[in-house]
Amino acid sequence: MTQPILKMQNVSKMFGGVKALNDVSVDVFPGDVLGIIGPNGSGKTTIVNNITGFIKPTSGKIFFKGKDITGMPPHKIADMGVTRTFQIMRPYFSLPAYKNLVIPLFSPRAKRTGGWRGGGRHGDRATVAVDILEEIGFERDSNIPFKPTSSLPTGYLKRLELARCLSLKPEIIICDEVFSGLSMSEIASMVPLIEKLHEEGITIIMIEHRLRELFQVANRVMVMNFGEKLIEGTSDEVMADAKVKEAYFGSEKIEEVMTYA
Amino acid sequence: MDILVYGTINSVSLALMGLGFAMVYGISRVPNFAHGALYIICGFVTWTLFQKVGLPYVLSIFLALCVNGLLGMFMYRFILIRVRGMNISEIICSYAIGLAILEGLRWGGFRGMTNTLPVFMEGSFMLGGVPVDYHRLFMVIIGLLLLAGLWVFTHYTRLGLALQGMAQDEQAALMIGIDSDFMAMLAMGFGAILAGVAAILILPLGNIVVESGYNVLIMSIAVCIVGGLGSWMGAFFAAFIIGFAQILTVVFIGSHFQMVVALMAIILTLILKPSGLFGRQKELEERV
Amino acid sequence: MNTQQLRKERIDRGIKVRSDGLYALMSWREMVYLALPRFILIAGMLSLPLLMPGVYWQRVISIVCIYAILALSFDFLAHYVGLVSLGGAFFIGTGGYIAGILNSYFSIPPFLTVPLAAVIGGAICTLLLFPCLPLKGVYFAIVTLMYPLFMARIIEAFDIFGGTDGILGIDSFSSTFVEQYFIVAMLLIFIFAIRRMVTTDMGLIFTAVMDNDQAVKASGISITKYKSLAVFIAASMGCMAGACLTHIYMWTGISMFALDFSILPIAATVIGGSGTLVGPLLGCLILVPVSELLRDFGTLRIVFYATLLVGFILFKSEGLMVFGQRKYEQFERWKGI
Repeated sequence: MTQPILKMQNVSKMFGGVKALNDVSVDVFPGDVLGIIGPNGSGKTTIVNNITGFIKPTSGKIFFKGKDITGMPPHKIADMGVTRTFQIMRPYFSLPAYKNLVIPLFSPRAKRTGGWRGGGRHGDRATVAVDILEEIGFERDSNIPFKPTSSLPTGYLKRLELARCLSLKPEIIICDEVFSGLSMSEIASMVPLIEKLHEEGITIIMIEHRLRELFQVANRVMVMNFGEKLIEGTSDEVMADAKVKEAYFGSEKIEEVMTYA
Repeated sequence: MDILVYGTINSVSLALMGLGFAMVYGISRVPNFAHGALYIICGFVTWTLFQKVGLPYVLSIFLALCVNGLLGMFMYRFILIRVRGMNISEIICSYAIGLAILEGLRWGGFRGMTNTLPVFMEGSFMLGGVPVDYHRLFMVIIGLLLLAGLWVFTHYTRLGLALQGMAQDEQAALMIGIDSDFMAMLAMGFGAILAGVAAILILPLGNIVVESGYNVLIMSIAVCIVGGLGSWMGAFFAAFIIGFAQILTVVFIGSHFQMVVALMAIILTLILKPSGLFGRQKELEERV
Repeated sequence: MNTQQLRKERIDRGIKVRSDGLYALMSWREMVYLALPRFILIAGMLSLPLLMPGVYWQRVISIVCIYAILALSFDFLAHYVGLVSLGGAFFIGTGGYIAGILNSYFSIPPFLTVPLAAVIGGAICTLLLFPCLPLKGVYFAIVTLMYPLFMARIIEAFDIFGGTDGILGIDSFSSTFVEQYFIVAMLLIFIFAIRRMVTTDMGLIFTAVMDNDQAVKASGISITKYKSLAVFIAASMGCMAGACLTHIYMWTGISMFALDFSILPIAATVIGGSGTLVGPLLGCLILVPVSELLRDFGTLRIVFYATLLVGFILFKSEGLMVFGQRKYEQFERWKGI
């Protein structure tokens, strides 16, 4: 049995009197693609915030490679290689797209590891940034990488979020709803990207509402409801579970939901 | 005992100073740094009407309050409305207005010790062995009444509810047909009137000097920050905390430290708990 | 001529020159075009002390430069790091007191106290402001506005460093000439250094912190580190200005923490053009001499620049520098359709 790369142990989080997370435990193994699904407000994003240090859990522990990272500041956790995207995109709006990547490439981790594919070690950061952007789906010969971020459409901003994670040479990427707000064709071009990252050995945690695409890439799925973990297993196991059907899909038949999911 | 009595009086006067600032910030999210200037200008107008023009005291107070309210509304309608939403411009702009008013008054020769307002009622009485003059008693009573009146106003009148709705969510208020700019203008007007009320209650106890405009600004900021920006109840409780803390320092350490306490309170609150005692905004902001 | 059939044509020369680095180097006209503003700035500032009649106006130029350094630090902090500090007086006062203490208690000569005040003062200011760094917007502005008042009251209450009288008998610079050129040179160095720095990768981080601090955290960069670095840079400049001021006045006291030092640099920055880094100097060149001329009218000068400040915020918030730059870079002409 391999050691889990990320381990959440009985994590709970209270917001005032509201229990946003209740005793959630999960193990993520190297090379996993873990999908987290659940209705709105079920605590998915809270999990991300807890793991990446943006919120300190009320109780419980989080381990990365056996090291306790509970309550560490976000930049320290990112420095260890646990990176995230934001559900509401957070680019630097006053900078052009490629300059957005200069910032993560300037971080201590990127300097140490050389960034994605080691490109950050040599050459200036702007060039490396454009390389990464090309890899992630920005057309190199167009002016898109050089446009102000504020004028880019959602699809590119989502990719930019991923690119920011990649330029840190991450060990884990936590994608907080990267597919939401994208058109079908944009999603279709995004899925191979995620698959490629997975094949490069990066562990991925995906929070998604687009179940069909998620099940394409995820090898395990965890279902959340009201801050609690309902079940964890392969996509088929999860879909077959009665509790999930009831909590997540109401009383409808699962096949019907799948047709328009 | 005198600590208790003077602490209460000091606290109520602080609450009076801070109330207008808290109200304007709470409703329109404009930090009105001209608050101290509005305070002084009300005293000045009352003094001019009463001493120079020779109107009856009550009438001059009433007119001064009207002038102050209009001034606040004009300030919003013609100046602050243009920088609304840009926090820093709001601060700089309102601060500059306040500065211009205060220094203008100072330049106009308004700095002597001669400018005083009469107290409402002469004489004093003994409260638990401490002499308290009737004016201070008035101040405490009117202050408390004002607070109660405000509470009733915001909870039971249409206008008050509209203002409260705007304080909670401006865009939602816009959607249900509340004219937010008009409301913010009203709020500025009310804030200015509250500053004026504070001035009329507090100024007769001393001279009208321009410096006290700056002090009032600092004290009201202190009260509002400690109580949580935009929370009236917070401002009221904070006034009591700072008020008693000040009296205690005066009694036990020395009067030099009175202002130090207020500044210390601001800095410590902002460092330890920026949302203040009763503010909730910060928590909402911090959610990712 | 009927204006209906005309339209304004704009040609942006700056873009033309800059889009093609080689092109600029191949044409004398374009090189002159690029170099001229910088040349005017440097030559103008260096010749100003010579052009001024009398010691009084030469001193005014020094004061202009001191305010300009302070305004530059405000501009840098506010528009490149996103920390709006209303406490310029805090930097001036700290620098002034440190220079005063070093000079009068330890008799260190001025040319050593100024850099020492910059470094020590910068460190002290950063240390004191450190707990406030997580604050944003209004909160940071208010807390920095309170710091100079707080310091002044503390000195007054504890009666330290000369109490309300301040420290007297501080050495002046060895001559007016040295004083003038030292300050002018410092100002020019600061302007160009900051301009260069904000375009480097480190400067980008500052901009990123202003734009979106959460994303900077998620990029594995400590925002506290970069914020304190920026505050240190700004505070050092402010403290150096304060130290120079102390040596010019040969005195330091509580009025070093006066609100003047907080409000005038802001007014100058707004008038000159926020975020341009040269704008603050332009603003100071206008405001300080005018306020000197109005000195006879006492506090009326504060009314004057407060009104000017409000006017600029309302009607010309881009400031003179941005306006001038646009006019310099664009040719406008009426063209028939």
